[in-house]
Amino acid sequence: MQVDVKVNGAPESHDVEPRTLLVHYLRDHCGLTGTNVGCDSSSCGACTVHLDGEAVKSCTIFAVQVDGRSVTTIEGMAAADGTMHPMQEAFHTNHGLQCGYCTPGMVMAATSLLEEIPDATEAQVREGLEGNLCRCTGYHNIVKSVLACAKGSEK
Amino acid sequence: MIPVAFDYRRASSARHALELLTEHGDEAKLIAGGHSLVPLMKFRLATPSVLVDIGRLDDLSYVRESGGHLRIGALTRHFDVEHDPLVASQCGLLAEAASKVGDPQVRHRGTIGGSAAHGDPASDIPSALIALRATMVISGLDGDREVQADDFFIGFLETAVSETELLTEIRIPKVPDAGWSFQKFNRRAQDWAIVGASVLVDGDDVGIGLVNMDNRPVRASSVEDAVRAGADAAAASAHAADDRDAPSDLNANAEFRAHLARVLVRRGLEAAGRS
Repeated sequence: MQVDVKVNGAPESHDVEPRTLLVHYLRDHCGLTGTNVGCDSSSCGACTVHLDGEAVKSCTIFAVQVDGRSVTTIEGMAAADGTMHPMQEAFHTNHGLQCGYCTPGMVMAATSLLEEIPDATEAQVREGLEGNLCRCTGYHNIVKSVLACAKGSEK
Repeated sequence: MIPVAFDYRRASSARHALELLTEHGDEAKLIAGGHSLVPLMKFRLATPSVLVDIGRLDDLSYVRESGGHLRIGALTRHFDVEHDPLVASQCGLLAEAASKVGDPQVRHRGTIGGSAAHGDPASDIPSALIALRATMVISGLDGDREVQADDFFIGFLETAVSETELLTEIRIPKVPDAGWSFQKFNRRAQDWAIVGASVLVDGDDVGIGLVNMDNRPVRASSVEDAVRAGADAAAASAHAADDRDAPSDLNANAEFRAHLARVLVRRGLEAAGRS
């Protein structure tokens, strides 16, 4: 069936099976492979995208469920001229990644978290990222990166 | 992991959803946030041939005051329950339980009604509904009926909602002055509770719901009876696993679960102000 989704501000329309998961719609039909499939069972958060501005796990949503709605992926975070989103910049500056596989999901979850708690504390950042796993166990610099973006942090 | 193919029907109203359920019978399954159902479908433990999507029924997402109760629409997401000021002030236990479901991404999608209607003994929300003595409003094409939370959870993934019905609302008595505690024991962040306990202490009365201590969400009746008879937290909580058929799995055997239930109920009672 035809599924229309606004992805990173641009309209996408693809004829997909109802069982097509949002992450496959994004990767296989929109060609946006920045969103990763990790555990494929809504535990690891590698597939995190924004649905109408809120972090969700795209491996646990059928594309048809978001027909007509807006999705933002990691590809939609940087400005048109290539300037990185402040969260991307913070991950870069603070070495908030090792292998990088979890990073797109981490960045999407972290921006959604700070949208809800702009002045998040370290405890709130750690708890707020509980849905995202880093198999390199590089949490220290991930948390450091997010805190660098939090309101009131010393830049 | 790819689910078995299915037909997708989007309900435009609660009545439309009920008509679709009646049309397709036991071939159909309702989907709201989908965070219980989609994983089951991906593992092919659930293979419905028709999915009826009620996720757009925004008129079933609300928290309202109604006399001595809060009325919560079944489509209200965990995130919205967690952050609703009325829930926080009138039924703080439910807000706390909602804040412990899964992780933020899951709470942005999962709904209170979906969590209840899924009937999973390992879910957090049902234990709070039992402790708070919620009333479940179940709608059918012939009208609504009300079922107490105790009678709602029948067996493993089985509730009082029939194939042609829809859980539409949950009514919870307001308990602004009650003490409460939500206890959840797990090994890793975001995991399901190995055992959990929702504890409400309202004056001399007490309500306790248990997570993962039987084949369905259950009330710790023996503990409640002991508290009402005057027992302190330590003595009453010794009954937390009485008459329970706790599951054994990789995380814990039944004996360890019984121990956890006694410890968590005692902690819950003490935290809720009943020492």
